[in-house]
Amino acid sequence: MTTTLPAYDDVVARYEPVIGLETHVELGTNTKMFCGCPTDFGGEPNTRVCPVCLGLPGSLPVANKAAIEATIRIGLALNCSIAEWCRFARKNYFYPDMPKNFQISQYDEPLCVDGYLDVEVNGETVRIGIERVHLEEDTGKTLHVGGATGRIHGATESLVDYNRAGIPLVEIVTKPIPGTGALAPEVARAYVTELRDVIRSLGVSDVRMEEGSLRCDVNTSLNRPGQEWGTRTETKNVNSLRSVERAVRSEMLRQASVLDAGGRITQETRHFHEDSGDTTPGRSKETATDYRYFPEPDLVPLAPDAAWVAELKAALPELPRLHRRRLQLQWGLSDLDMQSVLNAGAVELIEATVAAGATPAAARKWWLGELSRRANEAGIELADVGATPSQVAELQGLVDAGKLNDKLARVVLEGVVGGEGSPTEIMNNRNLEVVSDTGALTAAVDEAIVANPDVADKVRSGKVAAAGALVGAVMKTTRGQADAKTVRELILERLGVQS
Amino acid sequence: MAAISREEVAHLARLSRLAVTEEELDIFAGQLDVILQSVAQVGEVAAADIPPTSHSVPLTNVLREDVVVPGLTPQEALSGAPDAEEQRFRVPRILDEDVAS
Repeated sequence: MTTTLPAYDDVVARYEPVIGLETHVELGTNTKMFCGCPTDFGGEPNTRVCPVCLGLPGSLPVANKAAIEATIRIGLALNCSIAEWCRFARKNYFYPDMPKNFQISQYDEPLCVDGYLDVEVNGETVRIGIERVHLEEDTGKTLHVGGATGRIHGATESLVDYNRAGIPLVEIVTKPIPGTGALAPEVARAYVTELRDVIRSLGVSDVRMEEGSLRCDVNTSLNRPGQEWGTRTETKNVNSLRSVERAVRSEMLRQASVLDAGGRITQETRHFHEDSGDTTPGRSKETATDYRYFPEPDLVPLAPDAAWVAELKAALPELPRLHRRRLQLQWGLSDLDMQSVLNAGAVELIEATVAAGATPAAARKWWLGELSRRANEAGIELADVGATPSQVAELQGLVDAGKLNDKLARVVLEGVVGGEGSPTEIMNNRNLEVVSDTGALTAAVDEAIVANPDVADKVRSGKVAAAGALVGAVMKTTRGQADAKTVRELILERLGVQS
Repeated sequence: MAAISREEVAHLARLSRLAVTEEELDIFAGQLDVILQSVAQVGEVAAADIPPTSHSVPLTNVLREDVVVPGLTPQEALSGAPDAEEQRFRVPRILDEDVAS
């Protein structure tokens, strides 16, 4: 099917989007949800399994207290009510990613319900309603073999590794989010970003989308203004923050083109493709009745008592939004400047750099300047650029001590990013320290004056601005390793001019 | 009226990936109907003052500490599997399905 997609502005002028997000977060507990197997990422296949997570006959699950606590803490951080009593449920389906033929999940009695998360988009606060937060177990990993592409289509066999099966997985479901109009893709991204930051601040998961410890499904529908909400599709395989935004946008465009042509939207699961940025249909979804949910008979109900919940609530850390506001005040940044720090993903990096001894202004300069530029060029996250906050603080320390000027500091930073070692090591190994030996500098200054008698005369006659040419000459002979300000002062002094 | 229809049994069989013949559908629908009718009798006895029960013991919050317990070796784990390859369980391909969550 080749249809030309309508223009985005045109689509949002004629249709209103309603979005919804389902996010899965793998908890960073030591052990799985219902057994004592370790949860470390990776590992040889089937080395972290036991009779419980393999679903062997006679084995019985017991819920992990740390996972329950982590889920309640997420619920509290998202302003949810915590159920006084709830149960796990069996979700039955036929697929070998769970060896039991069912997944232990929660159905009509989630642990946390009815909360919200405030996110900021373009300086406006958007309140995202949280429908539920529940706890379930992750599935194993299937590898399809025998086909040409490694996808299930054409494959003849599947090879299954159950290391991941049974790792605690928290599902966070938003209420439908109407009324965001053209901003819907950005709101979706802002929500997942904020959710990630909240969960990270709780220390309950490393929430790394690229490792799959945070996974996102995006629901999208379109309706004409004033009409009922449209049929929604669920887009899976959305594996980065940028993809969240792209997936909503591309699905809005696709649905608009279907609706424009008089077609109907089918309720279905669609797969997002990172390379093309569009979605293709997956299976048509089984209905909830097809999963034949029923209360898990092998697990007794959960009844978190009020004292326990109150204790967990009292111990919640400062949440990212308040934390950011406090930092903004401390750093003395305008809303706009703070926004650029946020957009660059530099809040924590700057905070850590300041903690390591740099001033907020210096820390911000390095992370938003040179290092952001490099991260953008390489298409990577700022945190992965190859320099650590303590290295940046050390670099700035060398600048403040007069050992490096700005230009040399950039050269040293390049070395840091290239893995050459610490700033001090690089400065010493590559002999990049500023020439602070006054004798050597004076000699270079005198040499420059002798070589440029015309310029020297101009300066002597009061045209101080002309000294720039002499500074340049000195910087050249010292290969940039002199402090320009010191050189300038020396030149004026030698020529008998007051600066 | 039967508590379960022949079509519902066929649907359940499909969800469970069981190959059930036409004759078997009739047999199973009849048998399941007897079971369901019997269970329904319990429902008739239950009065408004008896809450539905999913667990026979009045326990809540049976939890374990988050401590690693040694499990099985891959050899032990795979020893009961009909087939294995690359230290993974090897199963026939499953069509038209995707991961649960």
